[in-house]
Amino acid sequence: MDYALVTAVLAAAIIAGTPILYAALGEILAERTGVLNLGLEGMMLVGAVSGFMATIATGSHWMGLLAAMIAGGMVAAVHAVLTITFKANQVVSGLALTIFGTGLSGFLGKKLIGIPAPSTFSKVSLPVLSDIPFLGPVLFNQDPLVYLSYLLVPLMWIFIYRTNPGLKMRSVGENPGAADSLGVNVFLTRYIYVIIGGIFSGIAGAYLSLAYAPTWLEHMTGGRGWIAIALVIFSTWNPARALIGAYIFGGVDALGFRLQAMNIGVSSFFLNMLPYLFTILVLIFATMQTQRNRIGAPGALMLPYDREDR
Amino acid sequence: MPQVPLVEMKGITKRFPGVLANDHVSFEARSGEIHALLGENGAGKSTLMSILTGLYRPDEGQIFIKGKPVQLKNPKEAIGLGIGMVHQHFRLVQPFSVAENIVLGMKNLGLFIKKEKVEKEIEELSRRFALKVEPKAKIWQLSVGEQQRVEIVKMLYRGAEILILDEPTAVLTPQEVRELFKTLRQTANQGKAVILITHKLNEVMEIADRITVLRGGKSVATVNKVETNKIELTKLMVGREAMLVVDKKPPDLGPVILQLENVNCLSDKGYPALKDASLEIRGGEILGVAGVAGNGQRELAEVITGLRRVTRGKVKIGNKDYTNVSPREVIEARVAYIPEDRVGMGLVPNLNAMENVILKNYREKPVCGPLFINGDYVKNRARQLVDDFNIKMTGVDKAVKLMSGGNLQKLLFAREVSCEPQLIVAVYPVRGLDVSAIEAVHDILLAQREAGVAILFISEDLDEIFKLSDRIAVLYDGQVMDVLPTGKTNVEEVGMLMAGTRPEREVG
Amino acid sequence: MPAPVIQQGSPFTIKLEKRLTTSRLNNILIPVISVFLALVVGAIFIYVTGNDPVKIYQTMLKGAFGSKYGISETVVKAIPLILTGLAVSIAFKMQLWNIGAEGQLYMGAWAAAYVALFMPDLPGFLVLPTMFLFGFLGGAIWALIPAIPRALIGVNETITTLLLNYVAILWFGYFVYGPWRDPKGFNFPLSAAFPEAARLPSMFDTRVHYGLIIGLVAVVIIYIMLKHTKWGYEIRVIGESPNAARYAGMNIVRNILLVMILSGGLAGIAGMSEVAGLTHRLQPTISPGYGYTAIIIAWLAKLNPFAILLVSFLFGGLLVGGYSVQTLGLPAATAYMLQGLILFFVLGGELFNRYRLRIRERGGK
Repeated sequence: MDYALVTAVLAAAIIAGTPILYAALGEILAERTGVLNLGLEGMMLVGAVSGFMATIATGSHWMGLLAAMIAGGMVAAVHAVLTITFKANQVVSGLALTIFGTGLSGFLGKKLIGIPAPSTFSKVSLPVLSDIPFLGPVLFNQDPLVYLSYLLVPLMWIFIYRTNPGLKMRSVGENPGAADSLGVNVFLTRYIYVIIGGIFSGIAGAYLSLAYAPTWLEHMTGGRGWIAIALVIFSTWNPARALIGAYIFGGVDALGFRLQAMNIGVSSFFLNMLPYLFTILVLIFATMQTQRNRIGAPGALMLPYDREDR
Repeated sequence: MPQVPLVEMKGITKRFPGVLANDHVSFEARSGEIHALLGENGAGKSTLMSILTGLYRPDEGQIFIKGKPVQLKNPKEAIGLGIGMVHQHFRLVQPFSVAENIVLGMKNLGLFIKKEKVEKEIEELSRRFALKVEPKAKIWQLSVGEQQRVEIVKMLYRGAEILILDEPTAVLTPQEVRELFKTLRQTANQGKAVILITHKLNEVMEIADRITVLRGGKSVATVNKVETNKIELTKLMVGREAMLVVDKKPPDLGPVILQLENVNCLSDKGYPALKDASLEIRGGEILGVAGVAGNGQRELAEVITGLRRVTRGKVKIGNKDYTNVSPREVIEARVAYIPEDRVGMGLVPNLNAMENVILKNYREKPVCGPLFINGDYVKNRARQLVDDFNIKMTGVDKAVKLMSGGNLQKLLFAREVSCEPQLIVAVYPVRGLDVSAIEAVHDILLAQREAGVAILFISEDLDEIFKLSDRIAVLYDGQVMDVLPTGKTNVEEVGMLMAGTRPEREVG
Repeated sequence: MPAPVIQQGSPFTIKLEKRLTTSRLNNILIPVISVFLALVVGAIFIYVTGNDPVKIYQTMLKGAFGSKYGISETVVKAIPLILTGLAVSIAFKMQLWNIGAEGQLYMGAWAAAYVALFMPDLPGFLVLPTMFLFGFLGGAIWALIPAIPRALIGVNETITTLLLNYVAILWFGYFVYGPWRDPKGFNFPLSAAFPEAARLPSMFDTRVHYGLIIGLVAVVIIYIMLKHTKWGYEIRVIGESPNAARYAGMNIVRNILLVMILSGGLAGIAGMSEVAGLTHRLQPTISPGYGYTAIIIAWLAKLNPFAILLVSFLFGGLLVGGYSVQTLGLPAATAYMLQGLILFFVLGGELFNRYRLRIRERGGK
């Protein structure tokens, strides 16, 4: 195949994978403390619309990003209150978050449809690095949020597996009773990481409305939040594997888009199904894999903690 | 002895919904002593110690540490004051290493985990207290005894002055118990206070310096070991002379009902759990299964009841092959099963007594027609069982989770026995019950024995096994070490087998 | 001698205590208060964005219940909500998180439409029953796709059922925009109109159609099935405690498959009744998210079939009200925002079903 075409598809795969990656990284943190948040789709939509609104208001896409992060964190805080303090069913609360986020973003974004973003995250070639053959145009001719994700993944990996706060975080998700008996504040820990998870989803949303699209459309996430949740299972809660997974999903997305442009005679309806069908297949494969190797979800995932439960 | 006790608890009261767990309890422990907290299940021992470790907050009362009044809001504060507890169910994070478990949650550790330094310190500590632990091992790879040592090291590493152990011997072989007691004495000798929660008189008389007895949530007495004896302690603990001696007729043996031939199976983690286990039970006898918990007991019950796959070997019930059949076929072969998890497996907590009573025979006439369940019949049957087995509850239409542990177990037995079994598999059937409920369960088992039922009785209490069983099988590491007639063996011999050692006379 | 009691902070302690039983009054009061509070918070959102919440709620109420047309439209919307609400609740009862009712509805509609459009030789009296059957099967098979990996290897059904919604809608779109598009339809993405025999009759001179009867019958059947039959008993036991179900010799794999078939089938019937009763042809959108609203309805109704019936009418009204506020310049998404808020408050309110607040004087009795 054509060299330029290959690098273009791979670069597009990274762009398409980045919002999924951010959302999945956030979800890994929340689930590592034992809280499942199925509301990624809703948090991303709220992040996307808030980021877009703030960018229009201030003219700065960085302010937009900040607003998206705050909005994502705030919506996640609702989930935290419901599931951690009120001990509500995590699945249903997450669904509520998705429905609410979809409704709220549609409500707020009605007047924004069709307006182009006044200021966006655009491509910045990194000097020297972008000159590396093949890797340069694929990896280092991207926007700042992609570069940020390159840094985030190793930092998060070190945090989770090599630091004391990371150890505390994992212990809360594996065995909150043990963590609590050693003085780890289970509730506070869960709140913190669920809210950070929401902030990450906010970034993912802002990426869609300020870098990927860059405009606001109702339901513009198109199921990416759910794909991110599947990706968390595929990643076995490991940020490094999430990175690889996100780019594979991004690749399927980019490839479908490319094939449409090439007009190969398959209906775009079928090509658009590809990411969803691919996610389902990967999920089946990943489940078989984790069962064989017996590496499962965090031990206390979906279990509310009550110290005086007898 | 020093003037001020290390710990003093005064007038502690703790209520749970529907239960007064502690009623103005007072307790103290001094530096250098091993203080036993003695009482039956449900006497309030664990609750009292959970208050001392900051896990529960008392509704009333005060706590003094070294004479200073303290308010223990959470476990962190208790640890800060030098209080460390080894819970009955270990508080260990299974996928973590020993070292990670030991440092988890400690202050001033810095950002990064300093693995080498911690591992060295743990090795030093384990040498000083004669507690062998491997800092790099993952918890799930360790035996129960090793996990307990990790728990003790964890507390000592955090500088515990007051070490509390909740029923520590329940999971150990007699030989391991001796090792543990040596460690505890050494710990006390270094100026720490050791508090031992237990309901076993033998242990108390062996290791304690002083004893505080709890009964029904109240503290009834604190005595010096040298000034008391087992009979007095029993009276204090139970509130009457002594437990009833079981009146057991010699067995009236029927045909062989259950036969296991070289049965192998895997544990949930995928490791061999039963290794060529063979045994048989005849009608009218109780076969007791002794062994430290986790040596294949659960799996043994599950291969018989069809809940676990047999990888090699044969299970025969009534001389017919029942290897790897469905649980339903085993139920239809009239096998009753009292599982370890009586709530959640044996009974469904959120369903009412009527719905729980038909769990095993909801498919059969007259409980069920071709489509519909016969509500009136079920109601009458539930009421009858409640009467027959003297079960106390608010109503057969109320969720069974509202019932006490003893009544739940009676309901479970009532259902299983009413299906007229030829074989009963009972796993830890008296765990956590009070004396009257224990007696009721024993009576039911003995009555079934006399009715000619074959009974597989798994227990962790050797006294109980010797009391009820006609023969005793010992499980160790998934193997049936031996099957001995009760009259021809003793606790020492069974204890050796439980630890995996075959006594000399076996050779030959 | 008693030592001085140490006083810290307030002289009262407030704590949550677990309730063992829930009162009947609470079961009604808590959802009602939850819905009310959700509407109050919704009003704040509306106010902050520069609209008049009182006027908007009035318009919604009037739109949904203020006229014969409004009420009949509310009932029209309630029909698919009842069926999808039942679909979701039967799966939830067994802790199967089927959130794919939306896609199952579309597949049911598609399969029913196939009968209406491409089986012209069918005798007239058989057309509707065949559409009903195909609608059921369309939804059931679509639900079976995620059910099989869930039952056999435990693949998370929440994600798979949801992702299949997107696939189903794309599939549906392919036919409406492609092979099934009416050649005489001026290039609009619409199928040909269904023949008369393939239409559910309407009632009372309104758009309310016989799908309502299907919904009512389904409520009664599901209620009896759950409460009084052997299968219903198995579903309840498996949902409450899979371990107890295994212990009792129940076949969990078979039950997962059967319940998902029934769940998907009910959603499929919802799709069939929409196209046969309302649109009488295929169009790109046949559901504004009934399958998602159904989740809220099921939870608010505590999975009780008769409560689902009642709540479906209320949410039908909310949807109709949502359309009527569009005349005031608010998006229809307002209704979905309110739905999400309602579910938040219902979930939060459940705390008071399981716990009670205890306020006590510190140190005292």
